[in-house]
Amino acid sequence: MKKTPDTNTTLENAGLSPEDQLLFSNARPRAYEPYPIKAIEDFANWARANSLWILAFGTGCCSIELRPLMTARFDASRFGVAGRPTPRQSSVFIIGGYVSVKTLKRIVRSYEQMQGPKFIIALGSCPANGGMYFDSYNTINQFDLYLPVDLYVTGCMPRPEALLGAILELQDDIKAGKCDGANRYVEHFDEYKANQKKVIKDWNMPDYNW
Amino acid sequence: MIAEWFGRIGNFSLTLLIVAVYGLLVGAFIERTIAKVQGRIGIPYRQPFINILKTFVKRTAVMHGIMFYLGPVFRLAGGIGTLAFIPVIYGSETFGNFSFAGDLFLVIYFMFFGQLGMALGAGESGHPYSAIGIARGLSQMTAYEVPFALAIISIVIQYDTLSITEIVAAQQGGWQNWTLFTNWVATLAAMLAFLGMTGYSPFDIFLAPQEIPIGPPTEFHSAYLSFLQTNRALFGATKLVLFMNLFFGGATGWVELMIKTLAIYMVAIVVGVAFPRFRVDQSIRFFFKIPTLVGIFSIIYVQMMFTS
Repeated sequence: MKKTPDTNTTLENAGLSPEDQLLFSNARPRAYEPYPIKAIEDFANWARANSLWILAFGTGCCSIELRPLMTARFDASRFGVAGRPTPRQSSVFIIGGYVSVKTLKRIVRSYEQMQGPKFIIALGSCPANGGMYFDSYNTINQFDLYLPVDLYVTGCMPRPEALLGAILELQDDIKAGKCDGANRYVEHFDEYKANQKKVIKDWNMPDYNW
Repeated sequence: MIAEWFGRIGNFSLTLLIVAVYGLLVGAFIERTIAKVQGRIGIPYRQPFINILKTFVKRTAVMHGIMFYLGPVFRLAGGIGTLAFIPVIYGSETFGNFSFAGDLFLVIYFMFFGQLGMALGAGESGHPYSAIGIARGLSQMTAYEVPFALAIISIVIQYDTLSITEIVAAQQGGWQNWTLFTNWVATLAAMLAFLGMTGYSPFDIFLAPQEIPIGPPTEFHSAYLSFLQTNRALFGATKLVLFMNLFFGGATGWVELMIKTLAIYMVAIVVGVAFPRFRVDQSIRFFFKIPTLVGIFSIIYVQMMFTS
């Protein structure tokens, strides 16, 4: 797998104190290209699509829909979906509903700790356009300004069927090689960071959480 | 000489492949069974294979240091090493592995080895939950090793040998010769230790998915995790084969092996779905009470019954 060369080697990490800067990596994330042989990449994508591990981080009220998804009535495990309690091992981040600024900081931290390829499903109307919290003082309105979203499921709140349908659609997209959010995030890293820093005022973490 | 060794290594590779695939399939079978009990359909049989493949083809990985890298390698080496010295099929030249006169000692050592390697690796990841998981896992391991070791000593006295092959040979000729029936006390102590070894409820505090995100492997991801997943299946199946050899008369064919190992595994599953989780101090106290007493009694029992 070829790695793209670094354009700019280090990050500033200006939010950290000088002592803390020594403790954190300041390397920039890099974009990863698919395997050179198409058949291998297709096979890898088939495996990625059929083994979606969801990060168990409910960011808002729509996360309540994740519970029936895993239990007897809808049982997503037959499609290879499983919950993972640690971001290191998960590959899908379901943004469950409204994202407050305080949560956004944690979402960014968790998303950056996930290992690529990683996918985001934005659940509910709130991440798309603010939904019923559109004029709230502490809720962001358009989630894909801050992190790359692969799939939106709108509704307030969407039924588990809709979420299950979204997962199946995500699987099709992954198999077709269309879900490249992790690389998109890296390629537009500075824009995403600028947007994040615009709303997160107490930025006391490294610029990229390795 | 060299050709013979290559032959044995080839045979062992075949055994390794079969046991690993069998371990993964058993894992899927158990998952599906639990799902059926809960009214779900459950994962497809191919799911464990896809999971390993997916973690292996992840595009990125973060390294925390040399020991972090070596942890999963040691873990897998522990699993392979354990299997290497256990005769899988009794009387089979191909699946006899590297069984020799003192293999029982080496096998017990290898079972420790992987866990210690994993502890060092997970410790270097620096994640507090890994450290908590390891502290709990190692204390629990220390506790269940006591009844297990006592049971092993008991059957070593009984059969007067340290060779697994000879222990299996002594149990041939009908079910009444199995250690389960000739020395049921040692079997009981070992099966109680087995519950702790498999890491199902009530002894799953060191993994504790809801409170300390899956414990020691919290930080392991990508290819590191695929090593751990492979080892989990391989080591699980290996432990089943070891217990089958020591207490349930071994196996003379693959079908017999599969029936017996599945039955042994079901003990842990049935206990697991029926009981809630122990705290680590409770599980240590449990192992130091009844199973240890049963283990001590097994040695007294074997002295009374088998030595004159």
